Amino acid sequence: MKNKINLSILFIFLTFCFIIFYKGLDNPNSYTPKNNIQKNLPIFKAKDFITNNNINLASVFTEESYYILNIWASWCVPCRKEHPLLMELSKNQSIKLIGLNYRDNLSNAKKFINELGNPYTQILIDKDGTLAVEFGAYGVPETFVINKNKKIIKKFVGPINKKIIEEIKLIIK
Amino acid sequence: MKTLKIFLIIFLSVNFSQLKSDEINNELKNRILKNIRCLICQGQSVYDSESDFASSIKLIVNKKINNGMSEDQVYKFLREKYGDWVIYDPQLNKNTYILWLLPLLLFLVGGAIISKILIFKK
Repeated sequence: MKNKINLSILFIFLTFCFIIFYKGLDNPNSYTPKNNIQKNLPIFKAKDFITNNNINLASVFTEESYYILNIWASWCVPCRKEHPLLMELSKNQSIKLIGLNYRDNLSNAKKFINELGNPYTQILIDKDGTLAVEFGAYGVPETFVINKNKKIIKKFVGPINKKIIEEIKLIIK
Repeated sequence: MKTLKIFLIIFLSVNFSQLKSDEINNELKNRILKNIRCLICQGQSVYDSESDFASSIKLIVNKKINNGMSEDQVYKFLREKYGDWVIYDPQLNKNTYILWLLPLLLFLVGGAIISKILIFKK
């Protein structure tokens, strides 16, 4: 009788371990960030890409509309790939695109914009990458959707594609 | 001569206290950076990594410390931005209580089993 109880306890323990490890097999090895978020906009000052003047972030997001903040750099190959889609998205009147130029050489960034077009209503300079950290970004490219209440509601890590564009259009509807 | 001596003492003590506070800040900064995970690297802390992400985090941690933030406040700031995963040393909360309590529970159960066996043997 005692042996049976011990065996049952051992069986339950081993089953528990098996379930834990089996569930762990499904978890990805790399870190997957949460995409559905509800965060307030960070407060900071940045330099304007065109005028080089210092501006408050609050003065950028003034209108009552949806904003898309896109982190980009001229040295980033996926940014070049997603740029035509941003150009397409910029035609949508109900959203405003803000660019955050990440750890870039200013003249290269200007060449990039002159060559591929400017989808952004305003571009901010993030010379050392610290402003991107304030947004909780990992690198480039990264895109954030900001709602009318000035909350970051969604982020897309990596280049955007047509599926993401459709998702953004659904959010702002 | 006396004035010069007083001036030298004041000058050295001011510089010494400045050096001391820089040293304390550096120690604090390194301790924090060693406890932050580089989210785009394979098993490296921000302290060990030279990636763009890590260098941005290093700069921001430095800025926050210089602004007078404590170690816990820096962790809180980073946790708000990147979640609990960014810190190597997990805090006790509703997501991690099993992680913290299970070893203690196993230790107690193991201890109880061993003591029971010993009592039976006697």
